Amino acid sequence: MGQLTIILARVLQAVPTIFGIVVVTFLLTRALPGDPAAYFAGASATPESIAEIRVKLGLDQSLPLQFVAYLQDLATGNLGQSISTGQPVATELLRRLPASLELTLFALLLSVAVAIPLGVLAAVKQDTWIDQVCRFIVTAGVSLPTFFTGLLLVYVFYFLLGIAPAPLGRLDMLHIAPPQVTGFLVLDGLIAREWATAWSAFKQLLLPGITLALFTLAPLARMTRAAMLQALASEYLRTARAAGLSSTRVLMVYAFRNAMLPIITTLGMVFSFTLGANVLVEKVFAWPGIGSFAIEALVVSDYAAVQGFVLSMAVLFVLLNLVIDTVYTLIDPRVRIEG
Amino acid sequence: MTDATLTSQLTAGSRPSAFARNLAHFRYVMTSNPVTFLAFVLCAGMILVALFGPMLVPHDPLATLSDKALKPPSWDHWFGTDQLGRDVFSRVVVATRLDLLISVSAVAISFVCGAAMGACAGYWGGWFDKLSGRFLDTIMAFPLFVLAMGIVAAAGNTIQNIVIATAIINLPFYARVARAEVSIRRNAGYVQAARLSGNSELRILMFKILPNTLPPMMVQLSLNMGWAILNAAGLSFIGLGVRPPTAEWGIMVAEGANYIISGEWWLALFPGAALMLAVFTFNLLGDGLRDLVDPQRRT
Repeated sequence: MGQLTIILARVLQAVPTIFGIVVVTFLLTRALPGDPAAYFAGASATPESIAEIRVKLGLDQSLPLQFVAYLQDLATGNLGQSISTGQPVATELLRRLPASLELTLFALLLSVAVAIPLGVLAAVKQDTWIDQVCRFIVTAGVSLPTFFTGLLLVYVFYFLLGIAPAPLGRLDMLHIAPPQVTGFLVLDGLIAREWATAWSAFKQLLLPGITLALFTLAPLARMTRAAMLQALASEYLRTARAAGLSSTRVLMVYAFRNAMLPIITTLGMVFSFTLGANVLVEKVFAWPGIGSFAIEALVVSDYAAVQGFVLSMAVLFVLLNLVIDTVYTLIDPRVRIEG
Repeated sequence: MTDATLTSQLTAGSRPSAFARNLAHFRYVMTSNPVTFLAFVLCAGMILVALFGPMLVPHDPLATLSDKALKPPSWDHWFGTDQLGRDVFSRVVVATRLDLLISVSAVAISFVCGAAMGACAGYWGGWFDKLSGRFLDTIMAFPLFVLAMGIVAAAGNTIQNIVIATAIINLPFYARVARAEVSIRRNAGYVQAARLSGNSELRILMFKILPNTLPPMMVQLSLNMGWAILNAAGLSFIGLGVRPPTAEWGIMVAEGANYIISGEWWLALFPGAALMLAVFTFNLLGDGLRDLVDPQRRT
């Protein structure tokens, strides 16, 4: 089977998963306690207006029909209206998505850049001090509540040391957002050659990014270390060493390339954590992403907004996993659909 | 190596009573790794605090003293006072019970439901296996914390729903372990022997196979516990479930967060540290237990 066929088959596999996600979010909407129509109509609604809203929302239809209507809405990108902002939920989410993506990707990049060398070093120099450091970071990292780490960093770097900017959003008030190209302020600032703006955006990004990275560091470093240890103990590595290959080549080409597969699988799981932890970090740093939008919506029981948020996060996660699996297929020629 | 010698010591010679054997094994577990011992002591301490803490605290956790608001830690108030003059130490101690209660009940629900579901799927296979597998895949397709937010938002903002949401997002972990452990044992020698001597299928599953799957399940439980605490605290941090003025670690950190940029660190630090300690304890305990059950997966 060619790689393209495999990738295509994997894309097709995502279809039932996405269908499952849509079913769950639909059922969550219908699980509202009490009468959703009365709920959407607000506190001062008359029986007539409730009935009117029931018809408008299609709640007088049977459940399968409602589901079909929901699917039609989704197909046209309609996630409903946000009660708190009065805007369509899809617009709100799209507007805030770049902020969340910038934070998530930056954090992931940071944690990969630290965790993988750390895990490799810990495996190569097993049972030395660097292995102990790695073990400590791994155990501490999974125990740290993200929101707590974030607050701690703010206290130390903003209040005590005064190095970091105030944890209030993506950009200092002195700067004007650069013209939008990628939606990532740091990149946009660089593209527009507004160095001061890019630097300010980067400084704002640093603390929340580190907070998220600390959280994702642990599973990645742990898996890197375990996978490297396994690869180092393998027979093909013994052969490679016996054949007199240089130790760098043995390590980087033979051991690391094989160890990469479980690491990439772990990345998928880490993404799930990151998307969840993102919500908490955004709240701590007043980051104007979709996470803080969802929290605001939760507080005022803005129902369509929360549903849209859950749905879009899940779809994002499925797509990310798809990308990861594709990368996996490209890296490992042995992968077959059955395996 | 030590494992093998110990087992042979335990099984060979005159068999001591079951209690003595358990005690010996317990002692072996505790002395083999000091970290596991520490985790066990911390865990026991936490349970004691949860049980007796509310009786022992020096101040009423809900009593507000406006003249003593936002005082740093002192001899009178070990962890300082919050914006309403409530004693932070008392609140942190009292919160232990609620936090443990939420996570223990959530984990218990997902343990029982997950074990039942996974065991049936692993033992009989067939359509139930396929259906439950699909169901679990769908849960895992969501970023789990986000799914929990959605469930609580849909079902209503109560502590009970926090427990249910946490239970649902933890369900796949138990169901998968149970399914894997049961399916590798369903045709083991002792199972065939039990079947041959006329035990019903359900009886075999309940009394022959399930007890053998308990060790890996317990490891999963302990590793999962810390995560459940983090999740529940995260939910209350964003304002779901627990309502003020109830003392709970997540919500206390959230309340303290507003004061951290003006330098009142003790409001958020102490509940956060308590939360961290609880999660750390359960993670250490889980790692220690895993080393015992499966020395191969030591990392």
